[in-house]
Amino acid sequence: MSEVIVVTSGKGGVGKTTTTAALGAALASTGDTVAVVDFDVGLRNLDLVLGAERRVVFDFINVIQGHAKLPQAMIRDKRLENLWLLPASQTRDKDALTDEGVAQVIGELRSRFDWVLCDSPAGIERGAALAMRHADLAVVVSNAEVSSVRDSDRIIGLLDSKTERAERGETIDKYLLLTRYDAARASRGDMMSVEDVLEILSIPLLGIVPESEDVLRASNIGTPVTLASPTGRPARAYLDAARRLRGEAVGEVEIPVEKQGLIGRLFGRRAA
Amino acid sequence: MSLFGLFPRKKTASAARDRLQILLAHERTGGGGSSELLAKLREEVLAAIAKHVSVDETRVNVSMKNEDEMSIIEIDLEIPHADLPRLRLAASR
Repeated sequence: MSEVIVVTSGKGGVGKTTTTAALGAALASTGDTVAVVDFDVGLRNLDLVLGAERRVVFDFINVIQGHAKLPQAMIRDKRLENLWLLPASQTRDKDALTDEGVAQVIGELRSRFDWVLCDSPAGIERGAALAMRHADLAVVVSNAEVSSVRDSDRIIGLLDSKTERAERGETIDKYLLLTRYDAARASRGDMMSVEDVLEILSIPLLGIVPESEDVLRASNIGTPVTLASPTGRPARAYLDAARRLRGEAVGEVEIPVEKQGLIGRLFGRRAA
Repeated sequence: MSLFGLFPRKKTASAARDRLQILLAHERTGGGGSSELLAKLREEVLAAIAKHVSVDETRVNVSMKNEDEMSIIEIDLEIPHADLPRLRLAASR
């Protein structure tokens, strides 16, 4: 059974591409086959985060316009043989993504892969609408910050009205992935808590990815964070999130807490 | 940090949460589906009233208020005095 997931947020810079790469790698490392698809035409970056930027020959638009076959455009990850990338076009206009073309490509990917992860561009325009269009499930990426939460709320509204599933009268599963979470700020009362954000958005929690240098280091070297720092907290959060997506019993999402004081700082790093 | 820590500072996170809750309660009903509903209502109500009195289209305001148990749709429209006799006539029939 194949599942199409959109990684979306409305707001830019919250971690959609990082998340797509990390979840894609985490799912692929279980042995499932995974296609990650960049919908950000003109501003592609998933190739860069995956370290495949120099291997792009054909792209999504080339496939839609019939200039390349889908298998020609797919790039196989060098580390995980089950992980494949369909890059966006860097030069074309976003209008080159047609409804029919996207439907056909997603349909073909669905028949070939266990998981299809669609990395949405920011905003609510055409690219974002098409990225969510065929999804069975949405991972809504948000920071615990007012503008991000507001945009996530807007995106949830669109997921419930503009997706194929919604138009058929079916529901689309929506999960919140809280990223760049800073436990210290939350405990000082200067960042909305997990409970605050969950209460406002009222969708189930898939995971909490703490703010961490691991994420920047991973993108610096073009490696998903689950592979670059597999024992770090962001990687563990993504690996758990992937297991939840696979339906494994992982237990409740652990809310990061910051231990106070010198002792905490010296010995509490794992818990922090 | 240490000195300031002695004085309880107003937490900004709760301000963020409260502002969002108010804003989103408004946006969830104001945007998308219900704004389409209001536009349609506006058009149809105008058409119905225009059968009896002339109404200036720019002087019509349709809004929706959400309260705990229900939503209230308010329709404000101005009818110029010149049209009142006709309106009274229509109402007394």
